[in-house]
Amino acid sequence: MGKTSSRDRLSNEINAGSMADIAFLLLIFFLVTTTIAEDKGVLVRLPIWSDQPPETQKLNTRNVYSVLVNADNQLLVRGQQMNIRDLRENTKIFILNPQRREDMAESPTKALISLRNDRGTKYETYLEVYNELKAAYNELREDEAMKKHGKGFEFITREQQADIRNSIPLVISEAEPTAFGEEDY
Amino acid sequence: MGKFQKKRGKAKPAISTASLPDIIFMLLFFFMVVTVLRDAELKVSVVTPQATELTKLEKKSLVNFMYIGKPMPQYQATYGTKPRLQLADKFADNSEIPLFLERHKSKLRENERDLITTSLKVDGDVTMGIVTDVKTALRRAGQLKVNYSAKTKEQERRR
Repeated sequence: MGKTSSRDRLSNEINAGSMADIAFLLLIFFLVTTTIAEDKGVLVRLPIWSDQPPETQKLNTRNVYSVLVNADNQLLVRGQQMNIRDLRENTKIFILNPQRREDMAESPTKALISLRNDRGTKYETYLEVYNELKAAYNELREDEAMKKHGKGFEFITREQQADIRNSIPLVISEAEPTAFGEEDY
Repeated sequence: MGKFQKKRGKAKPAISTASLPDIIFMLLFFFMVVTVLRDAELKVSVVTPQATELTKLEKKSLVNFMYIGKPMPQYQATYGTKPRLQLADKFADNSEIPLFLERHKSKLRENERDLITTSLKVDGDVTMGIVTDVKTALRRAGQLKVNYSAKTKEQERRR
């Protein structure tokens, strides 16, 4: 019996105390070098560059929703001044045109948003406007998905998503900005 | 009930520290996974604006970054305070964009090359002039997938 007890004493357990130190060292290294992934953003697809001036397309004015952001960060939508907070709702109404008005889009597929800014426009404002326009479309797609499938846009199949995307296509055309109000540093 | 009372009387067992490394390792792995080792030192100050309609950038190797903002105070003596473009870890001119994109492209396999996204990290106070110039340069270089980097807005999404 004496033998067993001595063996017990020797190989009691591996001393894991230093493991923690090693792990701590590594942990601190990663803590210091970490920048927690914040890589999110508004995804945009730029139009293809062509050296020829683009063909002028004749568009029915009722289908075009022109948004202008000037160098003073003010918003002019279809010739009228607007607050950024109202942009989303108004864009939705324009695209959907629930009252079938003569001066709004014939159908969501024909609607086009024309965004124009000055060179002096603040980037923050520009992105805010772009974000609102994109949000309007996303909300419409969400509503459509709810109506058609009874589920949110994220939860329907890819085919159904593509279908809705085609029925409410996001078309934001950006004109060359006017060279107005660029700051001199 | 007697059973429980008997146990209380016994000597306190020492808390085993054997699981401590496991806990630390768990934390370690968490940080290892979320870490993005920043390869470029920022020479321009960038505070990205807030937005709600955000898309997450999926694969890090398919993303290249461009920074636009005012040079940091220590560089202002040489570069001024006008917003500048930074590629990799140095100030750059718009004419260097194609080469920068090409260099990134050459590191990737052929089938991945169409999936490259350019993440524009632009300071909110910058005017659109320089951003437009960069956008034009990107279009000329055929890099059309662009992500305007932004933070999540602290506001509930209306749905």
